[in-house]
Amino acid sequence: MRCRLPPLALIGILTNTGADAGEWNTQFSIAPELRVFPVSTDRTNEDTLSPSITLSGEFYYDTDRGDDRFVISPLLRLDADDDNRTLVDLTEAHWLRFGDGWDFLAGMNKVFWGVTESVHLVDIINQSDFAADIDGEDKLGQPMLNGTFYGDWGTLGIFAMTGFRERVFPDEDARLSAPLPLRESASEYDSGAERLAPEFAIRYSQFFGEIDLGISHFYGTSREPRLIPTLRPSGIELVPRYDTINQTGLDVQLTRDATLYKLEAISRFGHGDWFAAFVGGFEHTLYQIFESDADLGLLAEYQFDDRDDTAPITVADNDLFLGTRLTLNDVQDTALLAGTVIDTVNGSTRAIIEVERRIGDDWKAELESRLFFIANDDDPTQTLRDDDLITLRLTRYF
Amino acid sequence: MIISRSLTGLLATIVLFGAQPLSAETAEEKGRAIAEEVDRRDLGWGDSQTSMTMTLTNKQGDSSERSLRLTSLETTAAGLGDKSLTIFDSPRDVEGTAFLSHTKILEQDDQWLFLPALKRVKRISSANKSGPFVGSEFAYEDLLSQEVDKYDYKYLEDKECAGELNCFVIERYPRYENSGYTKTIVWIDMDEYRPMKIEFYDRRDSLLKTLTLSSYEKYLDQYWRAHRQEMVNHQSGKATVLEFQPYEFQVGLDDGDFVSSKLKRVR
Repeated sequence: MRCRLPPLALIGILTNTGADAGEWNTQFSIAPELRVFPVSTDRTNEDTLSPSITLSGEFYYDTDRGDDRFVISPLLRLDADDDNRTLVDLTEAHWLRFGDGWDFLAGMNKVFWGVTESVHLVDIINQSDFAADIDGEDKLGQPMLNGTFYGDWGTLGIFAMTGFRERVFPDEDARLSAPLPLRESASEYDSGAERLAPEFAIRYSQFFGEIDLGISHFYGTSREPRLIPTLRPSGIELVPRYDTINQTGLDVQLTRDATLYKLEAISRFGHGDWFAAFVGGFEHTLYQIFESDADLGLLAEYQFDDRDDTAPITVADNDLFLGTRLTLNDVQDTALLAGTVIDTVNGSTRAIIEVERRIGDDWKAELESRLFFIANDDDPTQTLRDDDLITLRLTRYF
Repeated sequence: MIISRSLTGLLATIVLFGAQPLSAETAEEKGRAIAEEVDRRDLGWGDSQTSMTMTLTNKQGDSSERSLRLTSLETTAAGLGDKSLTIFDSPRDVEGTAFLSHTKILEQDDQWLFLPALKRVKRISSANKSGPFVGSEFAYEDLLSQEVDKYDYKYLEDKECAGELNCFVIERYPRYENSGYTKTIVWIDMDEYRPMKIEFYDRRDSLLKTLTLSSYEKYLDQYWRAHRQEMVNHQSGKATVLEFQPYEFQVGLDDGDFVSSKLKRVR
């Protein structure tokens, strides 16, 4: 919703431009959601229907001269069953100054790096909220100072950060939780400064004809904790340990005709032994299939990770992702994504189905399903075998 | 004096080209010459921005609206077309989505999409020339810049058009790959060289759509822009109307405003 509102007094003071007739823009949405777990379990929480509601907004103000912008994006989620899914966050709360060939940002922000679909290795700035969704694509805001420089030679982003955010996991008595209780309050850090440790990142990106390239380096606290089984008075619990790491990342995409070839690779020091990981594959689209308006995308990505057990556990170590994306290109933007990730070693399989469609002008309906087919009790996802999940979400936009 | 100069010219022509008369310009040459004149009259506009509403109507008369902001940069380098940035303001669920295009004459265009929910910039394939743009009756190729060298031409006839105007009627045959059309027939008014109507013929060479351009306004004393464009699909019965707000020209944009890494700052 782009609408002209009088600038808030607060922003007027901040910008010291009382006579400045800039523009406030507001977007706001409310999304009730129902998660359905068709299989009952013998775990603490037997709920098979789990409702929640998410309110999110984005408010921003551009000064009249266009030199400065203020952005605030709050998020509030209330969950009936999982205390860790109940969340208040500011995914964005920053000031942005636009210069000639550069810009500077101070505050909370969300940054995405990378090209692949099935796993995001290079993307490291923001912490993931695994309680929101186990795909890890829901992110928490990260406090930062960020200068970005633009030129014919490419784009260079420099980040200085602190105020580390701990990873959010499902609550111990909720669905999709770890097999042992997680003791977040006892989290340990490599750095004596713990959450206030300074962090730095740099990213260069450029495109050369059909090729888009990004190279990045991150020094700071790993967004992925190791979960250390620890004997505590209440029994064995998992204590998150956040190591200080150096991660170098590369992301490349070659776009040729109707096919996108994608590769992400990382090298990481700091947990135990050094390791590398990559994910690579393609996305090919068949446009206007069967003489309709619909497009059918075919996706395949191979995930490889050579980390050992001195590093945080990963499921994407030797797995194959196969997926298909159907977009109807109709007035309601109906789209379907179906995919499966197969562990090529033990055969365990995760499947996802996502369908979305706009209703009228201001509503969107979404259905998401996550299914687990566990072939081997050694698979890291084996504790999720009874947590097959169907999510129904209806979002109203204002 | 004038007559004798013409006679000298005629004689020279006969000497050079044998006995062919002066009017030997072929229909293909005349068609291309008209397209070149359309292009020449629109040179030098630099950069522009405007916003528009897009109204989609189906056979039953149900309609839905989208609003978009459009920013364009003229590019004069050989082989390259214009650059454009499209930002969605509605429907609300796609608000903030931005589409950046660097068009090229015959090679594949470079295109990026910004998805605001994930803050993700995606390079996308531009092979989808003939697919519908956001569910409308406009295909991507209908909205991208119409460069002269993208087509072969053939002049057909002079005909009355848009009520009181006289038009050149020319056929265009796409030279770029993946077009959904065998040909388009374009009506261009003789006074100002503005496209008034375009008929699109599908891959089976039957009439698919008609685009009518109207409410032309002149900017900077030279550049005409149609403020209403109505596309009617004769096969599906659906229609899409684009209504443009006044354009602003030469607002000071340059190549640096059309780079993919700046999409994350687009609001």
